[in-house]
Amino acid sequence: MQVQTQGGAGHGPHAAAETRLQVLMIGLGSEIFAIEADMVREIIDPVPVTRVAGARAFLPALINVRGNVIPLADLRLRFGMARRTDTADTRIVVVEIEIDGDPVALGIMADKVYEVTEISTAQIQQTPRLGMHWRPEFIRFITKWNDEFVIVPDLEKILS
Amino acid sequence: MELDPAETFRQEASDLLDSLEAALLDLGQTPQDSDLIDAAFRALHTIKGSGAMFGFDRVAAFTHDFETAFDLIRKGKISADRDIITVSLAAKDYIRALIDDPDSTDPIIGEAIVEELQALIATGATGGTASPVGAALGEPPAVAAADGAGWLIEIAFEPDILRNGTNPLVLLDDLRALGSCSIRAHLDGVPELGALDPETCMIAWTVELEGGCTREDIEDVFMFVRDEMKLEITPLSLAGSADAKRPATVDIDAVAAAATVAPAVAKELQPALTERAAGERSEGARRGEDKTSTVRVQAERLDELMDRVGELVIAQARLSQLAHSGTDLAIKSIAEEIERLASGLRDSTMGVRMVPMGSLFGRFRRLVHDLSRDLGKPVDFVTVGEDTELDKTMIERLADPLVHLIRNAIDHGIEAPAARAGTTKSPTGRIELAARYVGAQVLVTVQDDGAGLDATRIRAKAEEQGLIAAGTPLSEHEIHQFLFHPGFSTARTISALSGRGVGMDVVKRTIEAMRGTIDLATVPGYGSTVTLRLPLTLAIIEGLLIRVGEGRYIIPLSAVEECVELTAAEDARARGRNFLNVRGDLVPFLRLRDLFEADGEADPHQKVIITTMGDTRVGLVVDQIIGSHQTVIKSLSKLHSDVTMFSGATILGDGSAALILDVAQLVSLGQSRAETEKTPEAA
Repeated sequence: MQVQTQGGAGHGPHAAAETRLQVLMIGLGSEIFAIEADMVREIIDPVPVTRVAGARAFLPALINVRGNVIPLADLRLRFGMARRTDTADTRIVVVEIEIDGDPVALGIMADKVYEVTEISTAQIQQTPRLGMHWRPEFIRFITKWNDEFVIVPDLEKILS
Repeated sequence: MELDPAETFRQEASDLLDSLEAALLDLGQTPQDSDLIDAAFRALHTIKGSGAMFGFDRVAAFTHDFETAFDLIRKGKISADRDIITVSLAAKDYIRALIDDPDSTDPIIGEAIVEELQALIATGATGGTASPVGAALGEPPAVAAADGAGWLIEIAFEPDILRNGTNPLVLLDDLRALGSCSIRAHLDGVPELGALDPETCMIAWTVELEGGCTREDIEDVFMFVRDEMKLEITPLSLAGSADAKRPATVDIDAVAAAATVAPAVAKELQPALTERAAGERSEGARRGEDKTSTVRVQAERLDELMDRVGELVIAQARLSQLAHSGTDLAIKSIAEEIERLASGLRDSTMGVRMVPMGSLFGRFRRLVHDLSRDLGKPVDFVTVGEDTELDKTMIERLADPLVHLIRNAIDHGIEAPAARAGTTKSPTGRIELAARYVGAQVLVTVQDDGAGLDATRIRAKAEEQGLIAAGTPLSEHEIHQFLFHPGFSTARTISALSGRGVGMDVVKRTIEAMRGTIDLATVPGYGSTVTLRLPLTLAIIEGLLIRVGEGRYIIPLSAVEECVELTAAEDARARGRNFLNVRGDLVPFLRLRDLFEADGEADPHQKVIITTMGDTRVGLVVDQIIGSHQTVIKSLSKLHSDVTMFSGATILGDGSAALILDVAQLVSLGQSRAETEKTPEAA
């Protein structure tokens, strides 16, 4: 692990306090999202889901993960992407977030799970320009990884 | 686990204060019961003693004052009248505050209590020293005993006392400190050497104590072993003839010697004694267990245990399913064995979580006492079925609704004594709080003998608030339902006499959240009864597993009345008008396929499950009834708090999750749809 001291760091808004973030890279539709590794509990293969009538569209179902019944979230719907049928790459990422001070576990559908890696806040890009049909409050920031734009979503805001 | 000694004291004191309060309240009913006075005094004494031991000096100091005052009651110098009880209850609250939060408790409250207590004692004492208490019990007045005549004391300890760490000789020394003693030991209980168990106390004592000490001084010596002994104290002057009764008396010093010699002898004879002693000891241990068979457990640990058992039951269901789909007999028999064990474990775990209702009822006695005093309405508070058990989380959640109901009953139900005087009723009102089992439910009723509900006034209020059009025909029962209407009660009360409904909507919601129901019944002039029906537990329910489209759901079996087939003819006839004829009654029904937006074709033989909530019935149309299912309830995630049709989820035998239908919601949905369907027809 090496500390990055890039010349371009001075342009970023967080340049003064450059930190590195452990994240899990997942694919949703054609985009790549980075979920903070701290939140991730486990990654599982798709399991039978139970549809919840009357629930909001992006929280359509429940799953059983080791005896706990947790909601399954489909973030694609929250980002205006089309629903896709499961493929061999589809996974469920179980995360734990905090809502009103209480820990809440949920599963997130991922079209593909890439890897756990580190991103640097020094790489933070300006948010505009990219896919601006998304509500800006859903996005914590956008950064770059392997020359691709990566979205770091604000899960608490997306799910509330 | 390390326990802070101060925390241990707090817990212990909390129990003692509870029993003190119970004793004080009982004393209010029977002011001359010396057992109750003793119980209260002992609780105070222990709080004082251990308070001082653990550094709760203010508690110890105040309790000392309180105790001194109470000592006078104990001696019969003053009687425990209503005023004394009220001040004592305040004193008890003050001690609790001192223990729980000493910093923010103002000592001035304590001083005021002590002053009031002293004032009461002063007036009580002038009322005559010839104590009414003592006289009533046929005891010689305490004053007469204190004139130096001395006491004859008979002491017999329980055989276990030595094992519990008490040394009788030390207590005898304490007696010696009170005055000159002539102590005789009775050795009739001591067996042959071969049968002697050195750890069993078989000696009784008679003490002639001369000097000016009081009965209480003597009782204080045995304060901490009072439950484990027989103690008879008679003034020497009255006990002259008693001396001759005791044969085989030995000088105390000889016995003390014997007591020290005995262990040595026993050691020599050990091989011969072992068998016998072991037998007796285990018997003693069993007796010991009977006495102290309760353990304090943190509530979270119980919850955790329940969760684990829940998971075990689910895993076991999966195992059974797997075993029965195969042909291996050995696995099948193991699966059955595990099923039996798991259900046994589940039942015992649920049993551990069960708490008797009495623990809850106790709190209300104080509430009734205070309200009855503040409102000037004398009230008899009767509780029935204290040993009815309910899940501990239910008990906790039931406390607030019951406070509401009881407060309502006293405030609005029971009439003022003047109003009652005009009727055949006794001037003292009566409130009965009762609990009993009915099937898998517990019925809790709050009954008063007050004026009852005034349907006309409630109706007038409902019309005034625009809840119904004037003159709408309504049954009495329907009118009562307005009391549960939010906002109905918070507006001006209907009348001082019959206005019910302060926060009744909140009560209703709380009860329904526990999957219970609430009902009101009233007889004008003779009082009202509120009935709560509650499930035994919140954690596991009997459910009916059903299929709607591809999805499987659970309906709580307690809400299911019957299942009928929806014939093709009825189905066709019912299109548009969703009513079903069940033996002459029109029952509205909901098609769950539509509600849940199920895919696929409906089953050709759909079933209707008739569910009830209170008096209303609604049919739920499902594709298939799969069977009954032991349902471990998992609450829905916070993220799904907007979902209304389901109250929770569970895990089925194959590991998939299934939703539990919220019948109360579906019934009200069905009812409101039925209303909207009815109205256009009526118009």
